[in-house]
Amino acid sequence: MTVPPRPDAQLHFGVFFQGVNHTTIWSDPASGSQIDFETFRRVAQTAERGLFDAFFLGEGLRLREQDGKILELDIAGRPDAIAQLAALAGVTRHIGLVATQNTTYNEPADLARRLSGLDLISGGRAGWNAVTTDNAWTGENFRRGGYLEHAQRYERAGEFLDIARAIWDSWRDGAIAASQQSASWASEDAIRPVERSSDHFQVTITPTLPRSPQGHPVIFQAGDSPTGRDFAATHAEVIFSRHGTHFDEALAFADDIRARLRAAGRPDDDIKILPGTQIVLAEKESEVEEKVRWVKDGQYTGQTALSLAGQVWGRDLSHLDPDGPLPTEDPEHRAISETRGAPRHGQDPHAIAREWRARAEAENLSLREVVIATTERSGFAGTPAQVADELARWVRHGAVDGFNVSPYLVPTGLDEIVDWLIPELQERGVYRTEYTGTTLRHHLALPEPLTHRS
Amino acid sequence: MGVFALGIELDGEGFHPDAWRRATHAPDRLLTGETLRTRVAAAENAGCTLATFADSILPPDAVAGRIDAVTRASFVAAATSTIGLVPTVETTYAEPFHTSSQIATLDYASRGRAGWIAERIDDPRAAAAWGRPRITGEDELAREYRDSIEVTRRLWDSWEDDAVIRDHPNGRFLDRNKLHYIDFRGATFSVKGPAIVPRPPQGQPVVLGADGDVDVRLVAADSVAAAIESAEQARSAGTPLAFAEIDVTLDTPGATAVERFGVAPSNSPARLAFSGSAAALVDLLTHLSAHLDGVRLHPAVIDEDLPVLTREVLPALLRTGVTHRPVPGSTLRANLGLARPANRYAAAH
Ligand SMILES: Cc1cc2nc3c(=O)[nH]c(=O)nc-3n(C[C@H](O)[C@H](O)[C@H](O)COP(=O)(O)O)c2cc1C
Repeated sequence: MTVPPRPDAQLHFGVFFQGVNHTTIWSDPASGSQIDFETFRRVAQTAERGLFDAFFLGEGLRLREQDGKILELDIAGRPDAIAQLAALAGVTRHIGLVATQNTTYNEPADLARRLSGLDLISGGRAGWNAVTTDNAWTGENFRRGGYLEHAQRYERAGEFLDIARAIWDSWRDGAIAASQQSASWASEDAIRPVERSSDHFQVTITPTLPRSPQGHPVIFQAGDSPTGRDFAATHAEVIFSRHGTHFDEALAFADDIRARLRAAGRPDDDIKILPGTQIVLAEKESEVEEKVRWVKDGQYTGQTALSLAGQVWGRDLSHLDPDGPLPTEDPEHRAISETRGAPRHGQDPHAIAREWRARAEAENLSLREVVIATTERSGFAGTPAQVADELARWVRHGAVDGFNVSPYLVPTGLDEIVDWLIPELQERGVYRTEYTGTTLRHHLALPEPLTHRS
Repeated sequence: MGVFALGIELDGEGFHPDAWRRATHAPDRLLTGETLRTRVAAAENAGCTLATFADSILPPDAVAGRIDAVTRASFVAAATSTIGLVPTVETTYAEPFHTSSQIATLDYASRGRAGWIAERIDDPRAAAAWGRPRITGEDELAREYRDSIEVTRRLWDSWEDDAVIRDHPNGRFLDRNKLHYIDFRGATFSVKGPAIVPRPPQGQPVVLGADGDVDVRLVAADSVAAAIESAEQARSAGTPLAFAEIDVTLDTPGATAVERFGVAPSNSPARLAFSGSAAALVDLLTHLSAHLDGVRLHPAVIDEDLPVLTREVLPALLRTGVTHRPVPGSTLRANLGLARPANRYAAAH
C-alpha cells in the first residue's frame, strides 16, 4: 500500500435516511414504519450515539410513477424535512440536521428563514442540501406549475443561494440588545434589508433572524453534471456524491472537484466529499457473502425486478414471471426517460438489454437473478475490521472525507455500524471518540462560511 | 356545550411592546430552543389544551426576531405529550403543498396534536419578500385563503388511512387505489397531488382561522356580547367550534395589572382586553365557557403573566371543571371534542 497523503485524516459519517425507493428492505420483521416519528428518533439517536456528524433527509415532492401510474413498490411517504428535523432537534443534542430542499419549487426568503430557524433552534446544527430536482413532473404540485430546463435550474439555484446567504448575513453580529435597558430590542441599523433583482428573482425582505452559533447552515450539494460540480465548487461546503463504490472513481471525482475548487479561487480542501453508501457487516468473514445476498434479495423483489426491467424495455412488464426468462422482444427505441425518477435515465436501453441477455445465457439466470447480478452492490461489505480498513484507506488517500450511510433497514439498520464498525474505526485513529464541538460546521471541521472569510 | 379549551399564544415575549424588557432572560435568549421548551412545558403542565405560535414572513413590531412557527412547534413536538401545537402559516403567498406537508409532519411528530392557524397577510412587503405579484383586495385574499385551505385539506385526505399495505408476497408497498390525485384547479394555481406525507394521525389536523372552512373559528370581537354573538353566528354557519381571543394582563405578585401597564392595555381592537386579578379572569372565563368553546389567551408579558395563569387561573378552572386537562395519548381533535373525519376520497369507491 502506498503511503497515504493524509495520514491524519478523520472520517465523517452522516446517515442518509432513504426516502423513497426499494433500497430499504421492508419485508423483514425488524422493518418498522417509514413514517412514524419513532423511526426517525431511533435512527437519529443511534447515529448520535455513534458520534455521527449529521442526520440527513432527502426530498421528493411527488410520488413516483411508472407507465402513468403511481409506483406501488415504493416505500413512499416521507415527512417535510425541515419540520421533521426541527422535531429531531428537540430530542438530540449534537448531531447535525441536514435538509434536502430544492431551489426550483421554493422561494429564497421563505426557505432561508426556515433553515436559519432550524439552525438557531438547534444551536447551530443545520445543513441544507441544495438540490435542483430532476423530476420534471413535480411542478404540477406548485404555483409555478411548470418546469425549468436543466441549465436554468442551476442558474436559479445560484441566485437562490446568493439571496439566502445575504439573508443569513443581514444581521450584524451583536445586533440584539445586550441588556433590557437598551433603547430597542435590536438596533435598527444593525439589520439590513436584502434587495435583489435578477431574471429569476425580485426580492426585498427584512430578515427576522440573526446568525447562529455556526454562522450559516452548512451548504451541501448533490448533483453530478459538470454544471452541478461547478455549482458545488462555487457554493457548497459538502458534496453528497454518488461515487462511493469504486475507489478509483471516487478519487477521480475528488480530484475533479479539487481542480474546480482551485479554478473557483478556493483552497482545494474547502469542500468535504461524502458519497452516499451502504454498509453490510457480518461478524465472521464466512458470513459476509450470505449477508450481502440477503440484502440484495430483500431489495430486489420480483416486482421490483420487473419494474426495473420495465423501465429498460419501455413498457409494462408486470404481467411477466420474475423467475422466468427476460422478454424475448427488443426494448423501445428511446433513452430511458429522466422524468418520474427512473434510476437509469439517459442510458441506452439496447445496451442494457444486450448485457442482461448475455449474462442470463452464460449463467442461466432468471429475469430477477439477472437484475440482482447486474446491479452493483453499492458501498461496502465485510467484517467490521475489513470495512474499517477499507474506509480508512479511502479517507487517508483523499478519495473521500467520509460517507453518508443509508441503512438498508429502519429503524435498526444503523445499530451494527455504531456498535461494531465505529469502535474499529476509533481503534485505527480515523474516527472521533467524542464530540468536541456543538455545531455541524465544527463536526465537519469546516472553516467559516464563504461570506465570512477575511 | 362540550369542552372549554384553553389556548395560549406563546409568540415572542408577549403582546406588550415592552415585554422584552420584562422577560426573565437577556434579549437574545428569546431565539433559543431552551426558552421555547421551558414555556411550552409550563403551559402543558398547567393543563392548557393548546399553544399557538403567531408568525409572519415580516418582522414583528417591538422584537425584530422570530423563528418560523412550524419550526418552533415542531421543536417541542416530541418533548411534549398532551398539549396541542398550533403554528400560524399564512395563506396568501405560501405554497399549499408545503403547508400541507409541514402540518402533517408536525402531526406525526406530536402523535396527533397538530393544528394550523390559517391567516391572510395583506401587506405589500410580504409580496416583495416572497417575490410574487401582490395579492390585493378582499376578494383575492379570500380566494387564496380559501384555495389554500382547500388544497391543504384535500392533500391530507389524498392518502387513505390504509394506503400502505406492505403486501410483500406481491411486492406492493402501496395500494394505488387508495392514493388520490386531488386535481385542484383554482384561479391562480393548480395542484395535482397526492401528498408526499401519508394521511396524518388526526386525519385532518385542526384548522383554526377567522373565517372559512375551519374547525375552530377565532372570534374577533372587542366585547363579551359581540364575542358571544359572533360565536353563535359561526356555529349556525356550520363551524364546529368558536374561540374568543383575549389579551390578558394580570396582577402579579409584584404589581397589579394597572400598576404594570395602566388601564386596559390592548394589543388589538379586535380582541377582548382583560386587565386585573387572576380571580377576575377566572370569573370572566367561567362566564364565557357557557357560550364559547374555548379561548386563546394572549399574555402581555409571557414571563410575568404565564406564571400567574399556571399557578392561579388554570388550577381554579380545572377545579371547577370549566376546563379539563388534555388526555395523555389522545389527539388535539379528541381533546376538543371533534371527531376524526372520514376520508373524502375513501367514500368514492
Ligand atoms: C447523491 C445524490 C442525491 C440526490 N438527492 C436528491 C434528493 O433527495 N431530492 C432531489 O430532488 N434531488 C436529489 N438529487 C438530484 C440533484 O439535485 C440534481 O437535480 C440532479 O442530480 C440533476 O443535476 P445534475 O445533472 O447536476 O446531476 C440528488 C443527486 C445526487 C447525486
